[in-house]
Amino acid sequence: MSSLKQNLYPISEINEIASGIFSFRISCPEVAEEAIPGQFVSILCGEFTLRRPISICEINREEGWIRIVFERRGSGTDWLSQRKVGDTLDMLAPIGNGYPEFDDKSKIILVGGGIGVPPMLALAKKYKDKCAVFLGFRDKSKEILTDEFKALTPDVFVATEDGSSGSKGFITAPLNEYDFGENAVICACGPIPLLKKLAELSAEKNIPAFISLEERMGCSAGACFGCVCNTVHGYKRVCKDGPVFNSSEVIFDG
Amino acid sequence: MADLSVNIAGVQFKNPVIAASGCFGFGLDYEDLYPVSELGGVSLKGTTLDAKPGNIPPRIAETYGGMLNSVGLQNPGVDNLINVHLPALCGKDTVKIANIAGKDVDTYIRAVEKVSDSCADMIELNISCPNVKEGGLAFGASPDTAASLVKEVRKVCKKPLMVKLSPNVTDIVSIARAVEAEGADALSLINTLLGMRIDIRSRKPILHNNVGGMSGRAVFPVALRMVWQTAKAVSIPVVGMGGIATWEDAVEMLLAGASALQVGAAIFTDPYAPVKIVSGLNKWLDDNNIKCVSDIVGQVKCY
Repeated sequence: MSSLKQNLYPISEINEIASGIFSFRISCPEVAEEAIPGQFVSILCGEFTLRRPISICEINREEGWIRIVFERRGSGTDWLSQRKVGDTLDMLAPIGNGYPEFDDKSKIILVGGGIGVPPMLALAKKYKDKCAVFLGFRDKSKEILTDEFKALTPDVFVATEDGSSGSKGFITAPLNEYDFGENAVICACGPIPLLKKLAELSAEKNIPAFISLEERMGCSAGACFGCVCNTVHGYKRVCKDGPVFNSSEVIFDG
Repeated sequence: MADLSVNIAGVQFKNPVIAASGCFGFGLDYEDLYPVSELGGVSLKGTTLDAKPGNIPPRIAETYGGMLNSVGLQNPGVDNLINVHLPALCGKDTVKIANIAGKDVDTYIRAVEKVSDSCADMIELNISCPNVKEGGLAFGASPDTAASLVKEVRKVCKKPLMVKLSPNVTDIVSIARAVEAEGADALSLINTLLGMRIDIRSRKPILHNNVGGMSGRAVFPVALRMVWQTAKAVSIPVVGMGGIATWEDAVEMLLAGASALQVGAAIFTDPYAPVKIVSGLNKWLDDNNIKCVSDIVGQVKCY
């Protein structure tokens, strides 16, 4: 169980890995020590009132850093995208429940859609060639991290809507063709339509699926009940009860 | 080291900084960062007689210099407050304030009755939540409805009673006076200002509730003005809140007439905000040779 920390941490590396998509390495030994895949960080961006929650993409305990990959979307991420190496970030971390342990599983199916792909990398680093990775992007200009997944496991499938990289269409197509075997688990992060499809697939094939949700957040600490999602057990906080939920418990409608 | 202690309606606080309701859960969500005993008090999440699910999300929007929320009083109900959350706080050296809301007079009374027998130190009566269809602001919007509710609650309330007022009214002073006349021991203000944001891509409001309560630094001048007007008009203590983020804001509020302060949205931006306000206030008092924080309450020199 990790404990929450809030501090100023320096950015040690910055790369724009696709147009408008940035990878930051943040030096934070006390966070890297405790963080697990599926958790996120909450970063104060300039003078904005609310912190921006961003998934952890990679954790390096030995070297004391974490990596985040985010897309420039609004004013907060725009501010963040303009930071330089050496700048410090006011960060609250590590936050959330993270993915459960899957040591007893034979196959870990990782499914990432668009900017939902980065948190899957932390799982791929953990479970390596036990993973089969499915990455969906809008087009080649939005494709990120494919090579890094390929370095960890041979089973990597890419799909783009226009076919500019990998197969043409949605990532659910190759996923539906895949032989999951006897003892698999699905982990996913991405747009709601993708997560809904995975919840259906999970129910249909009786394979447990854990999905990472997002919602506009207030405190990021479980104190304000702003960021709830609907589940069979009532409204749950995405920041503290999640962000990872068993797909069978999530009520998607809206 | 100045004397930061204050006494509100017979309740002793070690310092005047209280975490505002809705911003600090049931008091223990920030224990990893600092113990709740650093705070003079904590006003717990607004609780109703029966559990309430709250509003459909999204419940949060950002504004310039602040935010909107339409949480809608999601809470586990008063029995859970009394059996689980209050006992968990009982060993902690901080004043425990139960914030109680209701949908009609009966549910307010029954909830207050139950909490009157608990280990809460004080009850804050929520007649100002703008995010619920029944209760909340519906009671706090006029002197008559506010007074008649407080009159009934006063009969059953065995704890010091602080009534939390809304700014979404024509004349907060008349509501303050009416509530004082019915036996409120203290007032807290302001609750959130009703506001709205629209997502221009979807062309829908950001909040599923369409509108929500605004808080954060941008509301501070409105809150300060209302605290100043109210404190001059009543004899009972006024606890000031609304956009307080720094110790300087706290000094402004105290000068305006607040006997203590509540800090809410600032915690989202900086979880340590309340702790920093306590130490900043302490230093300013020392630097200005002021012995007690209560010495500056209401000391603004108005024209």
